[in-house]
Amino acid sequence: MELVAGAELPARTFVVTRADLVRYAGASLDFNPIHWSDRVATNVGLPGVIAHGMYTMALVGRALVGWAGDPAAVRELSVRFTRPVVVPDDDNGVEVTISAVVRAVADTGDVQVDVTAVSGGEKVLGQAKAVLRRG
Amino acid sequence: MALNLAFEGRRFAPALPYRVGREKIREFADAIGATEAAYRDPAAARELGYPDVIAPPTFPVVITMPVARMIADEPELGLDYSRVVHAEQRFAYGRAVFAGDELTCEAVLEKLSSRAGLDSVTFRVEILTAAGEAVATVWTKLVARAEA
Repeated sequence: MELVAGAELPARTFVVTRADLVRYAGASLDFNPIHWSDRVATNVGLPGVIAHGMYTMALVGRALVGWAGDPAAVRELSVRFTRPVVVPDDDNGVEVTISAVVRAVADTGDVQVDVTAVSGGEKVLGQAKAVLRRG
Repeated sequence: MALNLAFEGRRFAPALPYRVGREKIREFADAIGATEAAYRDPAAARELGYPDVIAPPTFPVVITMPVARMIADEPELGLDYSRVVHAEQRFAYGRAVFAGDELTCEAVLEKLSSRAGLDSVTFRVEILTAAGEAVATVWTKLVARAEA
């Protein structure tokens, strides 16, 4: 992948299902019931069960590692969780599409990347940014 | 219960270090659907120049979970965890995390605020080796909406 200023990195689409959230809860030890119980989620004013913000951020991490070609290339990663990713209780789940544009390449070789994450036609992250080390 | 703003600057540190296991990294990689060999096979990781299996970029949330729980469960802080949503997250890496690392967490409540029915807590966690090497700095902002 050519990490030069202005380069658009190829979008990647991931499918998120309820089963993914259960598995992520177990692996991450984040058992907040808004990620598995519709009753609790709607009681706190959400439209239904939502993905862990950190699950969406992990998908950003997967895309970044794919673009950079090296898990250790990610030097910085930051996001705002601006809109919940609502995950329906069905077999199809919901799609999350991660895309990015290279904003700048520093003299040090550090590559600044602006990330966009879209689900259900809406941006779900704000100010999502990463710094990648060019290998 | 109102958020206790006097807790700004308060430090938290779990007594025990976190030992990073190959199986935990593989379990986490499986959970996020990441298939890279370097997350599961020590030989593949060494071929890329790493000392052991490498962890995905967001794996440090597993390491900071005990100290995040300490903060959330601190009764005097007054954060209503049942109404908490994750607002922001940031990682700055000194280096990647590898299986075999034994890491400590030092957390500080960097910024607390309570306005317009919105309680907000930002904490920073330094992840360090026993020798004091900075592995990663992790910022988390949690927001709790007051009951309507």
